[in-house]
Amino acid sequence: MEAEAAKLLGAGLAAVGAGLASLGVGNVFAKYLEGALRNPGAADGQQGRLFIGFAAAELLGLLAFVVAMILIFVA
Amino acid sequence: MFVTGFRDVRDVAAEQAKVDPMYQFTIEPLAGSGGWEIAGYNIAFTNSALWMLITTVVLFLFVLGGMKRELVPGRWQMVVESFTGFIDDMLEANIGKEGRKYVPYVFSLFMFILFANLLGLMPLGVFGLHPFTFTSHFTVTGVLAIISFSIVLLVGFWKHGLHFFSLFVPEGTPLPMIPILAPIEFISFMVRPFSLGLRLFVAMMAGHVLLEVLSSFVIDGTNAGATFGLMVGLPSFILMIGICALELLVAGIQAYVFALLTSLYINDAENLH
Repeated sequence: MEAEAAKLLGAGLAAVGAGLASLGVGNVFAKYLEGALRNPGAADGQQGRLFIGFAAAELLGLLAFVVAMILIFVA
Repeated sequence: MFVTGFRDVRDVAAEQAKVDPMYQFTIEPLAGSGGWEIAGYNIAFTNSALWMLITTVVLFLFVLGGMKRELVPGRWQMVVESFTGFIDDMLEANIGKEGRKYVPYVFSLFMFILFANLLGLMPLGVFGLHPFTFTSHFTVTGVLAIISFSIVLLVGFWKHGLHFFSLFVPEGTPLPMIPILAPIEFISFMVRPFSLGLRLFVAMMAGHVLLEVLSSFVIDGTNAGATFGLMVGLPSFILMIGICALELLVAGIQAYVFALLTSLYINDAENLH
């Protein structure tokens, strides 16, 4: 296999990580909504934690994007 | 590393496609300032610097409009005060009473990133003026993250001295666990400025690339004829409107997350844990 083709294939495979991170982000908001509907009184106080969880889950997906960019442009 | 990479690919891509999604991130010196140097370093006034200046001026005017200190606030003052109140509440919730002294820094940080993200999304291309989102460059977001991280280090060592290192050993850790936990905590602490800058940069860059790719579908699809225009161009255009709305949301969320994480890290420095 040519090196260029292998790079692009690797970048494409790295994009799978973005899809997996979407599961994580969806899960964060789903669980928050589930908990918030059970106990609406406590929901507002936990919004900060919601966004911390969102940021952590999102970062791991963004790392997949960085891997793809490095494979295409740097490696 | 990204900038040089983009340039090579752009030359290749320019021959293949009409719309190049990476072209929008090019940094160019403006008004013949390309040769300006101080001690061997190039200090050219670039489009990135221009948009930082524009963001600062817009932010200054925005806040200035709310500085009238009227007893019964007008609309403008309400908007500005709701922003300051928002940051004030966030810091008080995360750090406590002593967190209020960081309001000026975190407020400036939040508003600067928010305005930069939003100005970069403005459809000013209609007037021939192409906005440049400088938060889509790791150099800019990295420096913002380093400023936040430096404040954490300075406050931590100033307030707690060498006791600040107890941050790496959570309270109540069993003795045998310390050699394992301390390196993990240390790594997670040192990765913070990197992840803080990376998150903002990648989120903004990915969004702008996505918009550009969708716009190339619209342009190329419509140029290819009426059938392609209806089958590809129109759905892409409708999707693009939705993605634009999503990008406005992302611009706000990323600014909020940056300010929130900064306040959490400052909390570690203020109160240890």
